[in-house]
Amino acid sequence: MSSRHAQLAEQFNADEPRTNWHDQTLWWVRQKRDRAANTLPEWEQLRQWASDIKDHTLSNLHAYLLEFEKNALANGVFVHWATDAEEHNRIIYEILQKAGVDHIVKSKSMLTEECHLNPYLQGKGIDVVDTDLGERIVQFREEAPSHIVLPAIHLKKEDVSNTFHEHLGTEKGNNDPQYLTHAARLHLREKFIQSDIAITGVNFAIAETGGIVVCTNEGNADMGAHAARVHIACMGFEKIIPKAEHLGVFTRLLARSATGQPITTYTSHFHRPAPGKEMHIVLVDNGRSRQLGREDFRNSLKCIRCAACFNTCPVYRRSGGHSYHTAVAGPIGSILNPNLDMKANADLPFASTLCGSCSNVCPVKINIHEQLWKWRQVISAEGLTAPSKKLGMQLMAWVLARPGIYRFAGKTARWVISNLPFLVKNKTWNPWFKQREMPEAPKQSFQEWYINQQRS
Amino acid sequence: MYTVGLFVPCYIDQFYPQVAISSLQLLEKLGCKVVVPLNQTCCGQPMANSGFASLSKGCDANFIQNFYELDYIVCPSGSCTLHIKEHLHSEQFPDKATRIQQRIYELTEFLTDVLKLTSFKGSFPRRVGLHNSCHGQRGLHLSSMSELVAPVFSKPADLLQRINGLELVVPERSDECCGFGGTFCVFEEAVSVKMGKDRIREHEQNQVEILTGGDMSCLMHLEGILKRKKSPVRVMHIAEILNAGYE
Repeated sequence: MSSRHAQLAEQFNADEPRTNWHDQTLWWVRQKRDRAANTLPEWEQLRQWASDIKDHTLSNLHAYLLEFEKNALANGVFVHWATDAEEHNRIIYEILQKAGVDHIVKSKSMLTEECHLNPYLQGKGIDVVDTDLGERIVQFREEAPSHIVLPAIHLKKEDVSNTFHEHLGTEKGNNDPQYLTHAARLHLREKFIQSDIAITGVNFAIAETGGIVVCTNEGNADMGAHAARVHIACMGFEKIIPKAEHLGVFTRLLARSATGQPITTYTSHFHRPAPGKEMHIVLVDNGRSRQLGREDFRNSLKCIRCAACFNTCPVYRRSGGHSYHTAVAGPIGSILNPNLDMKANADLPFASTLCGSCSNVCPVKINIHEQLWKWRQVISAEGLTAPSKKLGMQLMAWVLARPGIYRFAGKTARWVISNLPFLVKNKTWNPWFKQREMPEAPKQSFQEWYINQQRS
Repeated sequence: MYTVGLFVPCYIDQFYPQVAISSLQLLEKLGCKVVVPLNQTCCGQPMANSGFASLSKGCDANFIQNFYELDYIVCPSGSCTLHIKEHLHSEQFPDKATRIQQRIYELTEFLTDVLKLTSFKGSFPRRVGLHNSCHGQRGLHLSSMSELVAPVFSKPADLLQRINGLELVVPERSDECCGFGGTFCVFEEAVSVKMGKDRIREHEQNQVEILTGGDMSCLMHLEGILKRKKSPVRVMHIAEILNAGYE
């Protein structure tokens, strides 16, 4: 009776050397993050400021969203509001139809992944090209990104070489990263030039100016937006920050937390369309209002999508992003996704040891591991845990609340382990024993020993 | 003299009595009067962490009944201590629950902060690896955490280093989780074991003779893997080492 995450994680672990490589690669990113954080003595203060700014913004979201809209409109930007994924996708399709365009480029946007924009547009006959290198690789392979910052981190250069050989006609067996990125560059340049419409994500939207900020390392968002006639920027409505002066707090935290860089290579500010061009911003709810209304979980909306919690998570590093079967994997995904679909994602809050490392690296101080614990309570209250697990827990609770029965059950369990070991030392029905020995069963419990001592 | 209630986690009571015996002996050697409430069972964490905090009311009531009168409660487990601190709850006796939460200490925390233990009379000439358990570390702040930009300290390491002859080795990933995680260890068996194997690999590379820590649950999981691979590395709870080092 293992959960979907557990099953997928077990498959991931079938190739142990590859699991080791995945773990070590992401641990290396975590170490880079540590070094970068330690260069700033004010690091913890920055985290607190970022958290406070986001808390304030979430508490005044209505006002800031309207302020943002007013200023964006004044800048000559079209502003759209989407209640859910479907409306978001439809708005984009309508812009495409109006422009008479059937092929577009798109830079990284986890929101469009969350809304499943690519399959929607492809179903309407639109050719969508992801221009982030990692995203392009997984797109060729018809896979989902496995990490929100490093979408193809589950792949090795040999895998990329094979994929490019198949789709771009590169030399078979040539695994040289420079050769492969050059091939991708030529391929993508062509797509940038051909495309009339570019979609980008949004890292920060500033209420005070109506402007948006997009952070990338490859410059692909800029290439797309500048070459195209129409720029569509899609954002979850929690991306808002009140003032331009707040931006520096976040840009200092974002890249350091994500990859250990002092700042992203490109931090691009878009305020208004260039003469003769169009700019659209789509503000998306898609369950965010509902999350905002859940007191225990609202502050998950502070997330700036740096993925530091992925890189530090010992479970993520050893189970891979696809084991989370959602657009946003990792610890933050495990507290966001139950809001989107509690039943389908009921396994995710349990895909954690509650070690707490995620909350410690989070640049906006989301109490991720505490929310994982709270989601577990909600999920079991909603009846979404396996009946066998519930029954086991009920039995355990009944025994442990009764000291006499507890003592008897403990004695019996120890007797069984000692005298009928085959009942527990079985790899089929005892998952503990599959790769671990059982603890020795002592003759006396501590209490029994203690009572004897007192008597003697 | 301190009167101390010894809170013995259920799995220690049943499977690792020597950990509780060592805790008891050490506290007595240090001049404490130790009380062992005999109707104690479990803190309720297994249910709560599995999403059934609603089912741990019986454990909560029993815990309060056994411990509410004591001025100090000491437990050789960071995880169980943290659970009581964060989640002990009583509709009927909220004051008693709060009183307990303010008076419960994990063992090394009690030795360091209350008894202010700074010297050990005996010796323990072994090469020892320390496993920092997450709940003791990140929950109770028994040591600094590698994620934070903050001064470095460690209550358990500090105690161990004061024992004559003991050679302490801390792995490079000084505070990565071992993968036990309560019921995680069976429901996510593959990842749990992989995490444990990776912790062990580092300690084996450091050629430790003994692997220690403040939580027997982590050590039970690591011991299971060590024994399966027939490793010469032994696990010992920190209470056993501290007691051996304090003759």
